[in-house]
Amino acid sequence: MSASADPLVRVEGLKKHFPIQRGVIIQRTVGHVRAVDGISFDIAPGETLGLVGESGCGKTTAGRTILGLYPPSDGEVWIEGVGVREAEGEAMRRLRRRTQMIFQDPYASLNPRWTVGSIVGEPLRVHRLRPRGSARTERVKELLALVGLSPRYVNRFPHEFSGGQRQRIGIARALASEPAFVVCDEPISALDVSIQAQIVNLLEDLQDRLGLTYLFIAHDLAMVRHLCDRVAVMYLGIMVELAARDELYENPLHPYTQALLSAVPIPDPELDRKRRRTILSGDVPSPINTPSGCRFHPRCPIAKEHCARLVPEWRQVGPGHWVACHEVEPKTLPST
Amino acid sequence: MGTLLEVEGLRVRFHTTEGVVHAVNGISYSMQEGETVALVGESGCGKSVSMMSILRLIPCPPGEVAEGRALFGRRDLLQLEEAELERIRGGQIGMVFQDPMTSLNPVLTIGRQITETLRAHTSSDAASARTRALELLDMVGLPAAEDRLQDYPHQFSGGMRQRAMIAMALACSPKLLIADEPTTALDVTIQAQIVELALQLRERLGMAIIWITHDLGVVAGLADRVLVMYAGYLVEEAPVHELFARPWHPYTLSLLAALPRVDRPRSSRLKPIPGSPPNLLAEAHGCPFAPRCDFVMDRCRTENPPLVQIEAGRKLACWANVETGQPR
Repeated sequence: MSASADPLVRVEGLKKHFPIQRGVIIQRTVGHVRAVDGISFDIAPGETLGLVGESGCGKTTAGRTILGLYPPSDGEVWIEGVGVREAEGEAMRRLRRRTQMIFQDPYASLNPRWTVGSIVGEPLRVHRLRPRGSARTERVKELLALVGLSPRYVNRFPHEFSGGQRQRIGIARALASEPAFVVCDEPISALDVSIQAQIVNLLEDLQDRLGLTYLFIAHDLAMVRHLCDRVAVMYLGIMVELAARDELYENPLHPYTQALLSAVPIPDPELDRKRRRTILSGDVPSPINTPSGCRFHPRCPIAKEHCARLVPEWRQVGPGHWVACHEVEPKTLPST
Repeated sequence: MGTLLEVEGLRVRFHTTEGVVHAVNGISYSMQEGETVALVGESGCGKSVSMMSILRLIPCPPGEVAEGRALFGRRDLLQLEEAELERIRGGQIGMVFQDPMTSLNPVLTIGRQITETLRAHTSSDAASARTRALELLDMVGLPAAEDRLQDYPHQFSGGMRQRAMIAMALACSPKLLIADEPTTALDVTIQAQIVELALQLRERLGMAIIWITHDLGVVAGLADRVLVMYAGYLVEEAPVHELFARPWHPYTLSLLAALPRVDRPRSSRLKPIPGSPPNLLAEAHGCPFAPRCDFVMDRCRTENPPLVQIEAGRKLACWANVETGQPR
């Protein structure tokens, strides 16, 4: 993506800390879960940015904080030039309409007592896009057709659908308010392999037709390579690497990214058994007491003494290739 | 090497309020001692039920093992008295389940849960069971095992719980380890640790492993032989290298085509399998994969192909030859 276009989404120094409270009557804060601890990036219009990392790395919290579903503890987010923190009244309503979310669990994210028509029609009512009954029903049917469902399903309930079909309903609902930016939070993790490909292809088609911009949060690194233009890797609340898709997968610089990629099994016995693996020891530390210096140093295979003391700077080491590691030498940047 | 397990014509049904669910529809396979077999398929294809039912670990009713034999050594597991079967479960056959949080008892210490297995199956006293438990935890790579025996499951991370589960399953040196989606709930780096551990333990202890999974990537790195299940039927059986190099069943072929690759640049759109798996409430007429199959012929809609041997070690249930596109 070219850097010349104004980004659709700009995130700067975003933090989200959740207080840990003790006590029943007199509550006091005894610490913080530093779920997101200072991340910065842009997303260009029409781009798909992948956000990957293991459970608890803060990727879902990041997605929700960007949309203002959680008030940020620090930092700023601008979407279509509007600051999410300051937006009020009409500006906030517009922001809510222009940003949407697709959730992981298609079973939990649809109200079981509502018909498909009312689920998909709700954003049309809330945002006064189709206030009247019959016009709304017509639009709901259009949306269902758009995501590959029969318009006849309007009066059915979520339990009558399979996981893949429910995810399509969730996508139709997200598209109802005509958003520009959609946060897809693990939209295929709960689905079977044969269905995952259907949903990924649908997301691609919708992007082409409607010019959508996606933040695609996932832990499936193979799918992210397939779908995303650029990929950001998170570890314990911070970003450790960000690069264009093939650059990240062919030339990962951060030792965590390297270990993560080498851990993904390849469906080819010849290749998989010959491959060199970096197997990380231990587990991800707690985001309450994050390690000093570089957060990855206790598990890092190349950690030096200074890694435990100094926080590595988030810096650009190649064209569009950002990394936070002391041990990565910058490549010579082409002179512009 | 001798035959360790031989399952013949296993048929499992569930009687539900909505009707009879045909979960496993007459499957047959055998396992050699020391062999690692992967049982692959999507949710609801009957892969877990087919293993759990031979150990009578499915609730009956609503479950019912309608037909079949499961010869382990010279004995049919399906005919054994409950007391005899109890000696085999956790003894000669160890099990590891998908979700290590719900399969460990939250109110008992890890030490207690490991020693319980030992004391139920061997004549060891408290002290020797404890020594063996320490040895086991050390073997599965849980450091500071001495302190860990006093811990409760909630004090362990997901990966550590799965290691503890493996320690319990291996307590009585089983000949067969059944691992039911043991890495599905884990992150990819932790999954790599557990797969690596399984490979080491297999080398060291020489037990046979049945690894039930939906992840073809894990299968590629781990298994000697693969069984592919669809809608309660075994549809393909092959040595791992051959299955990935030359998949014969249209379902296997489609599954591999639907997977993006982490090691290759994107080449084209993904090729999804259209539709969804069949409803198991109705008994299939014809091949259960026919409605989603690229190679479908008239015969497929009326006659379900049996699993037959095509080459040494390779079995297939399909009327078509996917390499030529012609009938077989």
